[in-house]
Amino acid sequence: MKIEILGTGCAKCEKMKKIVIMAVDALNLDAEIVAVNDVGELIKRGILSTPTLIIDGKVESRGRLLSIGKTKKLLSAYVEKEGLQ
Amino acid sequence: MDAIKVFADWLVYFVAGMGSGSASADVVDFFVYDVIKIFLLLAVMIFAVSYIRTYITPEKARLYLGKRTGIQYHLLASLLGVVTPFCSCSSVPIFMGFVGAGVPLGVTFSFLITSPMVNEAAIAVLFGLLGWQATLIYVISGVIVGTVGGYIIGKLKLEHLVEEFVFEPQAPLLSEQAELSRKKRFDFAGDETKDIIRRVAPYIVVGVAAGALFHGYAPEGIMASYAGKDNIFAVPIAVGIGVPLYSNVMGLIPIAESLIDKGLPVGTALAFLMSVTALSFPEMIILKKVLKTKLIAIFAGIVAVGIVITGYVFNMIL
Repeated sequence: MKIEILGTGCAKCEKMKKIVIMAVDALNLDAEIVAVNDVGELIKRGILSTPTLIIDGKVESRGRLLSIGKTKKLLSAYVEKEGLQ
Repeated sequence: MDAIKVFADWLVYFVAGMGSGSASADVVDFFVYDVIKIFLLLAVMIFAVSYIRTYITPEKARLYLGKRTGIQYHLLASLLGVVTPFCSCSSVPIFMGFVGAGVPLGVTFSFLITSPMVNEAAIAVLFGLLGWQATLIYVISGVIVGTVGGYIIGKLKLEHLVEEFVFEPQAPLLSEQAELSRKKRFDFAGDETKDIIRRVAPYIVVGVAAGALFHGYAPEGIMASYAGKDNIFAVPIAVGIGVPLYSNVMGLIPIAESLIDKGLPVGTALAFLMSVTALSFPEMIILKKVLKTKLIAIFAGIVAVGIVITGYVFNMIL
């Protein structure tokens, strides 16, 4: 799976990225994590609020800094739903 | 509120055994009462507004506004700003997303001006400390400053002061998340309530403590003698201090309340609080990516003047 964190490079977005990395490690997922910090790219995709989490092209969380617990829950729900791993 | 007062009194005078009537006991009593009251109000307000927010995102706000002009759309943008808060790091994508999709520049500014000024947490704290009249005045002024300020910016035709790349054509919006169930909305509102309260709690506790100390120890009427209604410079000075200040307004509201108690006119205090929230240096620096300095100056000027005017008006009628 590919997890993208869309942001502006602000503190909240950086924190979100760290949390995603920790969550992926904790769940032992095989995921590619990409931080997109280019506003032009955000706009192109129609995203206005940051940080936004996109997994395999689908918006899974928009404009919020999620806690580590929430992030883990979101990721495991996604894995289960998609029947991955 | 009376039940909270009784509880605070019981806690301070009976449980902690502090002597009623002493300045220090009254300061503690004041502190305990305010903190309990504010956190209860915050929980209720944030939960309610967060629930509404599951229906309105900045992406949806953009769709509602469309390309229409007219004062009613400035008002709509301003009202959407109230229920759609964004952190200052989102102001550039929001600005680009709105203007690039054809939302008129002035309407976009109406949204950007009101959004940071009026939010549910500020409303809860204002209501708890200053009562519903001052809260209503604050909210209405915030909406009016946003509506009129954006309208003026629109009329000035300043599009040439926006960086060109903002107007480049954009792809349509990414499809919205699937429709949320009621349970999901409740979950979201609950999470949001916890998050926001955790974030603002330290500011509120420190602010209420400072306010309580000021209540207990500063001489009566001290603010009236320096910054009373007869000092016509008080409002612009208050706004002048507030504009560059980058602070969490939650901590300043209790301090403003104690200043009002010592004779600072309510209009002056509200103008100060509005200026802190409406404009900040970090936000202006972020906006420089998309706006020429001249437009940022015009935007700041219009907002500051608008706030000063509302301060005078409320000092006159209150």
